[in-house]
Amino acid sequence: MAGMVEKRGLGLWLTHLGLILGVAVIAFPIWLAFIASTVSQPEIVRPPMPLLPGDRFLENYRDALYSGVNVPVARMLFNSFVMAMGIALGKIAISLLSAFAIVYFRFPGRLVFFWLIFLTLMLPVEVRIVPTYEVAARFGMLNSYPGLIFPLIASATATFLFRQFFLTVPDELAEAARVDGARPMRFFVDILLPMSRTNIAALFVILFIYGWNQYLWPLLITTEPEMNTIVMGIKQMFPAGDDVADWPVIMATSILAMLPPVLVVMFMQKLFVRGLVESEK
Amino acid sequence: MEKRVTFRGWLLPVLLLAPQVAVTLVFFFWPAGQAVWQSLFIPDPFGLSAQFVGLGNFEFLLKDPYYRASFVTTAIFSSLVTLISMVPALWLAVLADRLIKGSGTYRSLLIWPYAVAPAVAGVLWLFMFNTRVGVIAWYLGLLGYDWNHVLNGTEAMGLVVVASSWGRISYNFLFFLAGLQAIPRSVIEAAAIDGARFWKRFWTIVFPLLSPTTFFLLVVNVVYAFFETFGVIHTITGGGPQQATTTLVYKVFADGFVGQDLGSSAAQSVILLVVVGILTVIQFRWIERRVHY
Repeated sequence: MAGMVEKRGLGLWLTHLGLILGVAVIAFPIWLAFIASTVSQPEIVRPPMPLLPGDRFLENYRDALYSGVNVPVARMLFNSFVMAMGIALGKIAISLLSAFAIVYFRFPGRLVFFWLIFLTLMLPVEVRIVPTYEVAARFGMLNSYPGLIFPLIASATATFLFRQFFLTVPDELAEAARVDGARPMRFFVDILLPMSRTNIAALFVILFIYGWNQYLWPLLITTEPEMNTIVMGIKQMFPAGDDVADWPVIMATSILAMLPPVLVVMFMQKLFVRGLVESEK
Repeated sequence: MEKRVTFRGWLLPVLLLAPQVAVTLVFFFWPAGQAVWQSLFIPDPFGLSAQFVGLGNFEFLLKDPYYRASFVTTAIFSSLVTLISMVPALWLAVLADRLIKGSGTYRSLLIWPYAVAPAVAGVLWLFMFNTRVGVIAWYLGLLGYDWNHVLNGTEAMGLVVVASSWGRISYNFLFFLAGLQAIPRSVIEAAAIDGARFWKRFWTIVFPLLSPTTFFLLVVNVVYAFFETFGVIHTITGGGPQQATTTLVYKVFADGFVGQDLGSSAAQSVILLVVVGILTVIQFRWIERRVHY
């Protein structure tokens, strides 16, 4: 019976053809960006540009990484890395602690804290742009790593994820820890953290991509090119007015900007899928 | 659900919660409160004093043709992004689901554009349709079509919609494929034995069984189109031409930062807060339902 509804023969080939077409259409913009990053400026400004790689791969990427347009792209990559790591690890750390407190303790105001964290879901940065900027400015956080990281590290989603997970941990473990006279933090570090390993890893993959791909917040808070992140810095590489953009360098930068998160998705696909499904629940 | 076994004490849990609560209060609730407060005032041009206007900013906004237009723009934009990111994804997922072998390979080949930032996607699509150097714009010209999204509002809208939908197809594909693979084969095979052809099976069995996934994706894609597409619009059109691609979120930014109209920007933030509130409630209502499934 197996295979009754699966396709064979011509149908099978058409199915493959449809999928390959889909992959090709979806990959085309990236292919084109890659080509543009390997050819010279004159080849691009006299359309149509070639559809196969040129011979200026090394020059263009070296130009981008070491000189860039406003600031070397290597610097922007570093900024992005610090921001993405800070956001991912920060969110995970404070969410683990919050979830532990909410699940394993009974104390006055527990529900108030719970709702306080929950309500942040309704306050994405996009709806509180100007006042959040003012608060960050008041703390002297403009053009700084803390300014890029802290306003984004509260996380209702991560807190709930860990809360859900902690609730499935057998009570006997906490019971045993208490009987042994273990302090709560000992239980947290020795038992809960190791058990949460896979959840932490899956969440890290999602949050790293989230942090790396931030656009609006870095755009507001970094006015010095030295503090730009790569994702928001690409737009700053376009000249004002009618000047022609330095397309090979800009497209090399675009490729560099997408490389880290794409590699993370490709090489940690299992964790990525798991993290995506879990964090949307 | 509650734990039966808990630890004693209140100081430790409060300390554990402190970092999260501090960030939440300082960077979420204080700014949100500020937005509500500022929405009731009109600051003078030098920012030295502010005049209390009550709901004046809101009254003005709701009468402002540009603000009303950005509501319509957001509605059109979000519907199109949701549609264009879901239909091809469903089609590809249905194809991949028909394969006995190899659906995993196609999944790997299709999911990575999810990792490309909306702002970078914007640059990629801008490059293809650039009026001077864009390959696709050039080939369109060859066919006699004069592409110019810098001047033509409809073309600008089309471009930001496609650029916003592109990476999202990966995301939707992943969830649709998972949804399809969760449908028991036996149900579909029974229909096949009864002589139902592919499309008949799809519309009468597969699509209805997939509806929880579809509804979930509908909501998250609308949320995405509302709040996470700022980068695409900012890189490709900057809200233009003539505000043809100015969505609600883009307008908060444009009025607050570029136009320095703080009272109006704050009032817009408050209106958006209400919108997010409604969307969040819809999302949670649905999750509740799914848990009972």
